[in-house]
Amino acid sequence: MTKYIIRRLLYMIPVLLGVSLIIFVLFNVVSGDPTAVLLGKNATVRQMADLREQLGLNKSLLSQYFDVVKSAFTFDFGYSWATKQEISHMIWQGAYPSLCLSVPAFVISTILSLLISLMVAYYRGKGIDLFVRIICIAGMSISALAYILFFQWFFAYKLGWFEISGFEPEFPAFISYVALPAVIWIVLSIGPDVRFFRTVILDEIYQDYVRTARAKGISEMTILFRHVLRNALIPIITYVVIQIPSLILGALLLENFFSIPGLGGMTLNALNSSDFPVMKAMAVMSSVGYILFGLLADILYTAADPRIKFK
Amino acid sequence: MTSLPLLSVRDLVVEFQTGEGIVRAVNNVSFDIPQGKTIGIVGESGSGKSVTSLAVMGLLQKPAGKIPQGQILFEGQDLLKYNEDQMRKIRGNQISMIFQEPMTSLNPVFKVGEQIAEALRIHKNLSKKEAWEKAVHLMNQVGIPHPEISAHKFPHEMSGGQKQRVMIAMAISCEPKLLIADEPTTALDVTIQKQVLELLYKLQQEYRMSMMFITHDLGVIGDIADDVVVMYRSNVVEKNHASNIFMSAQHPYTKGLLACRPKLGANPKRLLTVSDFMTEDGQEKIVPSERVQVFDKESVIEKDEKVLLEVKDLVTQFPIKGGLFGRTVDHFKAVNGVSFQLKKGKTLGLVGESGCGKTTLGRTILRLVEPASGNIIYDGKDITHVYHEELRQLRRKMQIIFQDPYSSLNPRMTISDILTEPLNIHKIGGSRAEKLDMARELIEKVGLKSNQMSRYPHEFSGGQRQRICIARALMLKPEFVICDESVSALDVSIQAQVLNLLLDLQQEFGLTYVFISHDLSVVNFIADEVGVMYAGKIIEMDKASRIYKNATQEYTRSLLSAIPKGQTKQAPTLTV
Repeated sequence: MTKYIIRRLLYMIPVLLGVSLIIFVLFNVVSGDPTAVLLGKNATVRQMADLREQLGLNKSLLSQYFDVVKSAFTFDFGYSWATKQEISHMIWQGAYPSLCLSVPAFVISTILSLLISLMVAYYRGKGIDLFVRIICIAGMSISALAYILFFQWFFAYKLGWFEISGFEPEFPAFISYVALPAVIWIVLSIGPDVRFFRTVILDEIYQDYVRTARAKGISEMTILFRHVLRNALIPIITYVVIQIPSLILGALLLENFFSIPGLGGMTLNALNSSDFPVMKAMAVMSSVGYILFGLLADILYTAADPRIKFK
Repeated sequence: MTSLPLLSVRDLVVEFQTGEGIVRAVNNVSFDIPQGKTIGIVGESGSGKSVTSLAVMGLLQKPAGKIPQGQILFEGQDLLKYNEDQMRKIRGNQISMIFQEPMTSLNPVFKVGEQIAEALRIHKNLSKKEAWEKAVHLMNQVGIPHPEISAHKFPHEMSGGQKQRVMIAMAISCEPKLLIADEPTTALDVTIQKQVLELLYKLQQEYRMSMMFITHDLGVIGDIADDVVVMYRSNVVEKNHASNIFMSAQHPYTKGLLACRPKLGANPKRLLTVSDFMTEDGQEKIVPSERVQVFDKESVIEKDEKVLLEVKDLVTQFPIKGGLFGRTVDHFKAVNGVSFQLKKGKTLGLVGESGCGKTTLGRTILRLVEPASGNIIYDGKDITHVYHEELRQLRRKMQIIFQDPYSSLNPRMTISDILTEPLNIHKIGGSRAEKLDMARELIEKVGLKSNQMSRYPHEFSGGQRQRICIARALMLKPEFVICDESVSALDVSIQAQVLNLLLDLQQEFGLTYVFISHDLSVVNFIADEVGVMYAGKIIEMDKASRIYKNATQEYTRSLLSAIPKGQTKQAPTLTV
């Protein structure tokens, strides 16, 4: 087990080198001269040369690549071009509001979806199954923008239950700010989640071991919660765990519309202002996140399924 | 006065609602299972025998399956009138069931001990600890070694035979009055089959249970059944004491079932099949005398054919990984120094249990697996190290037919696509119309109709699919075919048809076969020479006609004695 984790962590090195190379090629080689964008069309050649010097773009390509690689291991991404702040500090600051929104929304939507899909699997083929499936499709078909506008107008403006937008870091004050986007998050993800979980659970329900369990005289509920769920967990773990890095990175659309100062909003601002260091930092962070949580998912498999052994 | 039978099925009808309307799977079936007796229910796949047992258990697929008529009386009470809660108290407690597939019938994520204990905790209200102790005791009783340790194992850590023992332990845990065994030994090797049958018989005596034993192979139940019910196309066609069935079967279908299993010692040119005894619409017909011809394989004049395949000291090994970076630390020798010669037009049979290396040997000969050392000489040419174009040319001449006709055909390809694909790969046959003509010709050779070629594999039965696999292997007009357990997944009645077909094709095209099987009686029928494999080696090799008489190895003798005799426990032993 420990051996396996050490090996997987060591495998991260070549992966991160590769990721750094791709990011480096995209930002430092292909994307052209950022100074033209930063200084506008009236910039003189002199100004551009000075800025290039200042941003370290005159360094050799190899040393620029080395900087990217270093950042992937030290999380020291330098300073933002737009705000002049230290990027690691900006990420640290933005992570909190993002997590205030994403963690409750994610946990509630996952548990809710799982319960709904178990219920639907129990009543498979009956009216309620069909009804939930139709609701799922309908929910997925409506644009997120429609929910945002309607919820803001109805719950915040008309009823005044929640704040329309903004954020306060204190608990419990932040609840009235994140509640609406969180509900929208849940509404948006229940459709695809239930459809996926339902398929996985129904795949299991027709397996031979379920028939054996029935032949033992076990009740349908116990079969569902004890026998079927344990076996359905493996695809569910992958599906759920691999979403976690995106929670930290924030919800671009929701944070923007509800003016939550999270990482999603930060990334969007960086995109608008051609703030390359921030974009690079977010790209590196998400790769590291996916690698680490991929490893976590693999470790969880062995807990869920005794057939999987570390080799 | 006879006492009330434990189970009495009366005029049972089971229907399924399908896309094409209502299908009657069980039609007016009646039979009794007396206290403490074993009833064998025999029939081919789709005859309705499993559906009958599921109806008794109340486990029919709902809402597709319906019982419009009939009674299932258990100790005088009609189970069909019971609601789900009442049935749950019966299932696993009064009536329990063992299924065909021990590989998939156990829950893969729970310890086997827990799975046995589960029924005890529900029905007998035992505490967790008591149930576990009882489970260990039961595992001991069904002959699982080191039950205290084995109870902590997960199903994948056990062999197929052990898993089936776990299933049996689970089924008998609450001391049921009736045990339903649905093809409990079909997925197992013959030697394991024999052990499991003996175990079931022993337990039935000990617990004074009644048993309903479902199988497609009459030979299997000879030793344990008191009465036999023969089902054919949803109907019971014959019911009698086992001895009467074996000695003087009345219905042509029963006669066909009895005749189609290859017997050691008798060497018919072709096996009899059900269709020799019965017409399509179920009328009895006279068996043509040339179909029962027996000949002595040894008397066949040996033409001095050249050697087509020679294998010398062949070793195939698989790496065992270990260490931090998964380096190869050791090798497992699946094939460990095998040598033999095979003449053109002849058949070499390879027998042995699962894991003895026979499949790996077959794949190594075809160069699907790389050999570690040794030589494969095909048609005078050493092919151990040929690659690329040369290997591709070789593949045209050497083909393989796999065990499972269900998973070895691509479900999304039509039969004509499946058959013409090899032609496309090897660029043979010109236009598509020409290729289709070749496919059509072959599909009729293997006994299917050419107008079925636009269908998909799932529209065919198991036996038909294996015919398609055979046709696919023959599309490239090979000289040499490996049949890897090609009839093991088939019902005995279908098995006989496919074996006959293989022999017909061998005669017509001059094919050379390597026939791999765990069943010595099948190998003995089809092969000229038989090699017995054990732990990667051929431990004994002889003419097929001789090996069953003068086996020199203890292991070969144990394989021979495991073959179901097809006789009843009461009947005197017949000498062949």
